[in-house]
Amino acid sequence: MSAITAPLARRALTRRTMLKAGALTVSFALAGLQTRAEGTTPAPRMLDPKELDSFLAVDGDGTVTLFCGKVDLGQGLRIAMRQIAGEELAIGVEKINYVEGDTALTPDQGRTSGSNGIQRGGMQIRRAAATAREALIALAAQRLNMAAEDLVAADGEVRPKNGGAGIPFADLIGTRSFNLKLNPKVPLKNPATYTLVGRPLLRPDVPAKCTGTFTYMQDFSLPDMAHARVIRPPAIGAKLIAVDEASIKNLPGAKVVRIKDFLAVVADDEWAAVRASRALHAQWTSWSGLPEQDKLAATLRADRDITDEVLVARGRGAVGNPPGAMTRSATYFWPMQSHASIGPSCAVADVTDDSATVWTASQGTHGNRKTFAHFLGLPEEAVRLIYLDGAGCYGMNGHEDAAADAAILARAVGRPVRVQWSREDEHGWDPKGPPQLLDMSGAVDPSGRILAWRTEMWLPQTTRGLPDIPLLAPVAAGLDDVRGLQPGLISQNADPPYAADNVQVLVHWLKDTPLRPAPIRSPGKPANCFAVESFTDELAAAAGLDPIEFRLRGLEDKRGTEVIRRTAALMNWQSRPSPSPNRNAALAHGRGFAYVHYKHSESYVAMGMEVAVERSSGRIKVERVACAFDCGQIINPDGARAQVEGSILQTLSRALMEEVQFDRSRVTSVDWSSYPILRFPDVPKLDIVLIDRPTEPPLGAGEAACTTVAAALANAVFDATGARLRTVPFTPERVKATLNGV
Amino acid sequence: MASEIARYRVRINGVERTIESSDPDQPLLYGLRGLGLTATKFGCGLGQCGACSVLLDGRPTRSCLETIANAQGKSVVTLEGLGSIAAPHPVQAAFIKEQVPQCGYCTSGMIISAAALLAEKPKPTEDDIRAALAGNLCRCGTHVRVVRAVMSASGRGG
Repeated sequence: MSAITAPLARRALTRRTMLKAGALTVSFALAGLQTRAEGTTPAPRMLDPKELDSFLAVDGDGTVTLFCGKVDLGQGLRIAMRQIAGEELAIGVEKINYVEGDTALTPDQGRTSGSNGIQRGGMQIRRAAATAREALIALAAQRLNMAAEDLVAADGEVRPKNGGAGIPFADLIGTRSFNLKLNPKVPLKNPATYTLVGRPLLRPDVPAKCTGTFTYMQDFSLPDMAHARVIRPPAIGAKLIAVDEASIKNLPGAKVVRIKDFLAVVADDEWAAVRASRALHAQWTSWSGLPEQDKLAATLRADRDITDEVLVARGRGAVGNPPGAMTRSATYFWPMQSHASIGPSCAVADVTDDSATVWTASQGTHGNRKTFAHFLGLPEEAVRLIYLDGAGCYGMNGHEDAAADAAILARAVGRPVRVQWSREDEHGWDPKGPPQLLDMSGAVDPSGRILAWRTEMWLPQTTRGLPDIPLLAPVAAGLDDVRGLQPGLISQNADPPYAADNVQVLVHWLKDTPLRPAPIRSPGKPANCFAVESFTDELAAAAGLDPIEFRLRGLEDKRGTEVIRRTAALMNWQSRPSPSPNRNAALAHGRGFAYVHYKHSESYVAMGMEVAVERSSGRIKVERVACAFDCGQIINPDGARAQVEGSILQTLSRALMEEVQFDRSRVTSVDWSSYPILRFPDVPKLDIVLIDRPTEPPLGAGEAACTTVAAALANAVFDATGARLRTVPFTPERVKATLNGV
Repeated sequence: MASEIARYRVRINGVERTIESSDPDQPLLYGLRGLGLTATKFGCGLGQCGACSVLLDGRPTRSCLETIANAQGKSVVTLEGLGSIAAPHPVQAAFIKEQVPQCGYCTSGMIISAAALLAEKPKPTEDDIRAALAGNLCRCGTHVRVVRAVMSASGRGG
C-alpha cells in the first residue's frame, strides 16, 4: 500500500485504454481503485497551484491530461474545463483526459462552491493551458530554428504559420515536465478566434448516466468491503447510555461498533446492515434543547449573545423622514432548509495505521483533507480524498459526514467500510441552511427616489467564515479538536443595487443556530434578495410606480439595465403599478419582477414571473418564469442554461414548499412527505435568455439565478392579489392567511 | 429469525438470475445492486421518490418496496437492460440528446418511468408526461428537459 511505485506512464496507459473503450467519462477515481488493487499509490505529482505541471501533462499518444481540483457535481465542469484548456492549448476536447478532485493527483483549487468553478478554477486552467502553449511554441522554435512569432499551435501540434509540417506536442516535450510557473501575464487567445469556448459541446458523463454505466459514489466498492449504517440518536444532543448487542444476534455477520456516543452496525452485505440498524436496541439520554419552531424568528431576535456589525453605510447611514416621504417597514423571514439530495449520502474509506483513503462526493476534497487528518491523527500527506459523483449536494449535505463516518468505522473494523445514509439520516442530519430574519425599513419620494434604506438582519455567526461546522462522527466519538468546515458567506446582497440617498446594512451575528448551519446553493442570498427585492417592490408600490420603471430609475449599471430590459421584453411587460386592477378575481393573475447583481460583482440576473393565485385555496400556480442572464463570457451555453434552469426550479421548490420541521429534540421532516419538493405538475414554462459577452471575464452560472426567484414570485402574488408574502415557504395555508389579512 | 440462505430466481434484463438471501423480505433493490446492477438507485426506501424504479413484468415498480420473494419468477428490466450507449432505448437516446441529467441520480428512475409510459401510451401529451412522472423527484431541476426528451422520444418533439 505504501510503496510509491506506480509510474505516471502506467496510470496514463490505464486511462488511455479506458478512453479507447469508448468512454470519455473516465473517472480517475476508478484508476485510483486500480492503483490500490495493484498494491500501489500513484507517483507523487506536482500539486502546487502556481506550477504548470500541477494542471497539465502532455501524454505520449497525442493526448494531454488535465488535473482539475474543482469537481463536476453535474454542473458540467468536465466539458467546460476541457473547452477552456483545449481552446488555449489548441487541442480538441476529445484529446483531453481529465482527472478531478483527488488530493494525490490534482492541485488544490479550493472548494467547488460559490459558483466559482469556472470563474476562478477555470481561469487558473486557462492560464495553465496558455502557459503550456507558449512553452511548446518556444520548444518548436528552437527545434525548427524559427522565430516563435512565425509558429502557431493547432490540433495538438506546433506548426509554421506559413505552412509546412508541424511537430506534435508529445514530440516537443517528450516525457519531461514543463517545470514552469503559471504565467499570470501569458497572452490569451482573442475570443473572436475561439473555436471551442462558447459552443454547446456535450457533457461527456451524460451517456453513461442515461444507460446505467456511470459509477456513482453509491456504486463504488472495494474488495473485502464491509457495509455500515450509523445509528444517530433520537434527540440531537442525546448521549448513548447502553447498547443491547444481543438484539442483533440473529443477524449473521452483523456487528456493533461503539465509540463513545458514535454508534454503528457493520455487516458483510448492505441489507444485513440495514436490518441490523433497525433491530438494534440502544438507550439514549433525553435532550430537548431546540427552540419552539413557531417561535423561531422571535428566538433569533431575542438572542442576547450577539455581535453587531455594520456591513454597508452609505450617505448619512440612517433612515430619514423628510417632508413628502413615504416610509415603509417590513419583516422578512426565511426558514431552515435541507439540501434534500435525491440520494442519501454515501462514502467509502480504507484506513490503516498510517494512511487513509476516502472516496467521497464532497465538494471539498482538498479542504477536507486537513479535517480528516486531524481527527484521524494522521499527517496530512497520509490522507487521500478522492472525489466520486454523488447525488447533487448543492452546498454541504451529508457527504462530508458520511465520509467521516466511513473513515472512523474503517479504522475501527480494520477493513474498508462503505457507509450509506438512510433517507431519514439525510433529511434529519444534513447540516441545514440557517434561518434568516431581516427587518427592512425605507423611505421613498413620489418621484421614486429612494431617500433611505435600512436592512437589519439576524444571522448565525458561523457564517462569517469561522470553521465551526463540526462533523457528526468525530464529535460523537469524542475525537479531539475537530476542525469543522465552513458555511458560505450569507450576508451578501442585503443592500439594494439601486441609487439611494442613505443605505445602512446592519447584521446581528448570532452565536448559534438551532441546527448545524451549512451553505445551500447561493448561500443566504435567496433570502437577502427576497427581502431586498420584495421591499423594493413595496417602495415602488408606495410611490405608485411600475416596478420595473422604479428599478431602472435608480440603476446606472448598463449590464444590469440590459438584463432588466431583456426580461421585460420576454414578459411583454406593460407599464402599470402593482397590484393589478383585477386583484379580487377568484383566480387572480399577476406578474412580478426581481433583479440582482450577484454579490454586487458577479453575474447579472433579471427574472419575471407570471402566477395565478386561487383565492379559495391559497394555491399558487406559477405559470411562467422569464429570465435574462449575463454571466460574462459563456464557456458552454447549454451547460450555463442547464444551471439557470436548475437554479430557478430548485429555488421555486424552496420558496413554495420547503421548511425543515422540528420539535424540541430533533428534526421531524425526515422524508419526502414531510419535506416535499417540487414535482412535475408544479413546473412552469421557462423562458431563458443568455447574454454572451465573449470579451468579459466568465462569471459563475450555478447560483445567481437562485437569488431572484422568491422575490419575483412574492411580487407576482402581490400584483395578483394585493397581498404581500414575507415568510417562506408560500404554502397554500400561509397564502390564504395572508389573503385574509388584507 | 431464520438465517438459511434461500435462492430466488428472477429473470433480469432477459437473463435468468439467482438472488441469494436469508431474508425473503429483502427489497428487490438490494438484490439487483448485489448482482452489480447498480443503475437502480436507493433514494428513500419508502417508495416516495422513484429513483429505484424498474419494470416488473413490464410495469413501473418501486424496487425498494418490492420483495425478492414477490419478484421470484417474474421479469425485471433495469436501466442497463433498456439499452446501451451503443444501442440506446429511444428514451435514453432522447435524454442524451437533450442533455437531461445534471447529477443524474434520478435519471434511471425517470427513464424507466418514461419508457413505461410510452409503452402504454406512445403519443402522450406534455400533461400526460407530467402526470406519469409526478412520483419521480428531481432535485437539480431538470424537469423541463425531461418532458422535452420524452416528447422527443415519442416522436412529438420539436
